[in-house]
Amino acid sequence: MDVKQQSNSGTAMAVPAKRPGRPLGQRILDNWQLYALLLVPVILTLVYKYIPMYGIQIAFRDFKASRGYMGSEPVGFYWFQRFFSAPTFSRMIVNTVLISLFSLLWSFPIPIILSLMINQLGHARFKRVVQTVLYAPHFISVMVICGMIRIFLSPSGGLINLILGTEIDFLTQSSAFRTIYVASGIWQDAGWGCIIYLATLANVDPGLYEAAKVDGASVFQRIVNIDLPALLPMAILNLIMAAGGLMNVGFEKVWLLQTDLNKATSDVIAVYVYEQGIQNAKYSYSTAVGLFNTAVNIILLLIVNKIASKASDVEFV
Amino acid sequence: MRKASGMSDRTSQIILTVICAIVLLIVAYPLYYVVVASFSDPYEVYAGKTFLLPSGFTLDGYKGVFLNDGIVSGFLNSVKYTIVGTIFSVVMLYITAYPLAQKDLPGRKALSVFFLFTMYFAGGLVPTYLVVKQTGLVGSMWSLFLPGGVGVGNMIIVRNYFQNSIPHDLVEASEIDGCSKLRTFFSVVIPLSMPILAVMVVFSMVAYWNDWFTALIYLGGKGPPLPLVMRNILIKSSATASQAATISGGYAELNKLTELLKFCSMIVAALPMLVIYPFVQKYFEKGFMAGAVKG
Repeated sequence: MDVKQQSNSGTAMAVPAKRPGRPLGQRILDNWQLYALLLVPVILTLVYKYIPMYGIQIAFRDFKASRGYMGSEPVGFYWFQRFFSAPTFSRMIVNTVLISLFSLLWSFPIPIILSLMINQLGHARFKRVVQTVLYAPHFISVMVICGMIRIFLSPSGGLINLILGTEIDFLTQSSAFRTIYVASGIWQDAGWGCIIYLATLANVDPGLYEAAKVDGASVFQRIVNIDLPALLPMAILNLIMAAGGLMNVGFEKVWLLQTDLNKATSDVIAVYVYEQGIQNAKYSYSTAVGLFNTAVNIILLLIVNKIASKASDVEFV
Repeated sequence: MRKASGMSDRTSQIILTVICAIVLLIVAYPLYYVVVASFSDPYEVYAGKTFLLPSGFTLDGYKGVFLNDGIVSGFLNSVKYTIVGTIFSVVMLYITAYPLAQKDLPGRKALSVFFLFTMYFAGGLVPTYLVVKQTGLVGSMWSLFLPGGVGVGNMIIVRNYFQNSIPHDLVEASEIDGCSKLRTFFSVVIPLSMPILAVMVVFSMVAYWNDWFTALIYLGGKGPPLPLVMRNILIKSSATASQAATISGGYAELNKLTELLKFCSMIVAALPMLVIYPFVQKYFEKGFMAGAVKG
């Protein structure tokens, strides 16, 4: 990648556009075509993003479709209280948090380590092959991934049991669920997670490596002293984003891997929201549960943001 | 800096290559195994005879895939949804990103916030479902595209690409020549944005091809895409009733076909996207970097 061009292209466009001295009305008229382009996206966003936000109020009402949002009877925090006293409430919270916490613990460092190694590979062709293969699982549907997991973990002749020489039915054991979830997630997306780091490393000034080589630094020393510091800002940013989504355990994989016997660890909020809202049509209740989840996420994001901005004042500036 | 810790560059290269080769095998082998198994007798597969090469070679699974009405119609549905959805999504991305990339557009800030806000806060599953229902989309193909609206994350990447990687001189020259903003968009900006366009087309295709959750909620069983059809085969382990009737060998044969169909349908579902992405792979990093720099 052409490093110089990369760093210059940003400044080329940074020259401020000419400020026309014309009145605002005239300038809006000049740009009517651009506003026309935005018309459909704005309408779609209003209808399918903002009206649902307005619809969140049914979490505080006993929603009846015939009465509409405003006409339905207000019930305060009734649905929230019902959720808090649901028999599986604490189990769902614990499972949701633990699944994402373990995912984060593994899926955060592994792409960093992988990209540090891939970046130092001398053989360009091999490097390319490694990258291509590592990206592949990212492009496969969760449905196929879960199909593979079920087949590989089958007690009668599944690949894992064949290798181990056992006949364990992993998906019926609640103690195995988190490992299955996290390990398959790493397999699918750790390679893809490297992209942003590899792109960052491609922009490291080659002169630094030359200087380090002259000084007699080993590959390992170059990684620690040049590559790692270059990745740090991006890594911190990723960590913040991930921490803010701690309550966002995806619905798809859990739902497809859930069995009656592993529910002790696989029962999560996202599945509950789907079951209550879409399958059982308990609209108000499901909305309340979803809103609770969102609220916790926002609070987490704010806390992490605060910590990160404090930490970065000390360490990075 | 002190002298290197005794390990030469050559030794470290060998170690790195070995580790990366192991990682490569861990990622590639499960995929390879599925391919091998899709050509093998399932009983041999489950007896552990197909670690490297097919055993009891057969094409029955792929024949079964083509004779399975559910899989065939699911495949065709997925093709339709992917084509229409990709065109819709990419057009949306472009017509949103281009105006927002104009620094002198009055109201640009407010409009950006209007779109960005939806990335941080959303109505959630049920309130969105209710709006989709009220607008009459449930059961229609458009329920897969319209509620997604503008993919804001990708839109930002495209917008930043317009700002950072399209030479401003060219845009200005075309406007001085009397081209309207729209004309400039079509004849200068779009042709210059091919790398990011390629990346966005592939991202959209992959998203629509692999999606089944949206279809599960909104289609109400009508015209299920391939992954949703596969749920019956992969998760519930049931071949279709119509197929059962055509099997002559009884329960054992049916069972065998069901297992084969699992492997073959996974290949059929995964292959199209695995074939496509390497073509735009070289643009991933460049596109991301150009898009990640703030304009």
